[in-house]
Amino acid sequence: MAEVKSSSPRRVERPLSPHLQIYRPQLTAITSVLTRITGNALIVGVVLAVWWLAAAAISDDAFALANAVSTSWFGDLVFLCSAWAVWYHYLAGLRHLYFDAGHGLDIPTAEKLAWGMIIGSVVLTVLTAIIV
Amino acid sequence: MRYLTPRKRAIGKGSAHTGTHHHWSMTMSSVALAFMVPTWMYLFGSALGQSRVDVVAAFSHPFTAILTALILVIGMRHFAMGATMMIEDYSRGTARKVLVMFVTALATVIAATGLYALIRIAL
Repeated sequence: MAEVKSSSPRRVERPLSPHLQIYRPQLTAITSVLTRITGNALIVGVVLAVWWLAAAAISDDAFALANAVSTSWFGDLVFLCSAWAVWYHYLAGLRHLYFDAGHGLDIPTAEKLAWGMIIGSVVLTVLTAIIV
Repeated sequence: MRYLTPRKRAIGKGSAHTGTHHHWSMTMSSVALAFMVPTWMYLFGSALGQSRVDVVAAFSHPFTAILTALILVIGMRHFAMGATMMIEDYSRGTARKVLVMFVTALATVIAATGLYALIRIAL
């Protein structure tokens, strides 16, 4: 049997759907990929938080260093971004559960939900920063 | 004549070969985390920036200690499975296997470190 290799000269490099270079960005797609980005990026905040907690358990010297980093401008930045990432991922998860139940899949509703996630996550982050 | 039912022939043929198990695990852990994370964020945020004595006192409280332990275990499992899904979408072959091992190990080490800290603080 003849095998068709990927390096075959007859193979034509056709663009793959969905043609990302010419595809108009859509709110539903952007909010979806942000869910993945926020979820995975949260590991940075988790590492800092667990280091801080482990340092508190171990010794004064370890805690002094971890606490200094966690409460520096860098720590503030990481935890503020993490708070937004948590809230964004949280709302995205709720939307996912709503979608999974078979609701909100028409375009107008999906776009309203997308705006709800963007605005809602910012509002919740500001509230978190004020309360905590 | 086909002796196998359509269901029997379909089982294991999905892209993941485990049916909806992954999806259902993520759904269950997401609901669990949705109930726990806002409270934990408040407790963590309140303890952050305080002295070591106050931090140890805060995480010695049974509610805070148990909530933190649950979030570490369920959250890191949720992360490992979600990150695995991302890796499986964007990489293949040996790189995929190594990356899946890496994120699984990372999540496990973080959970173990956090639990160790909690045991030393709370017990």
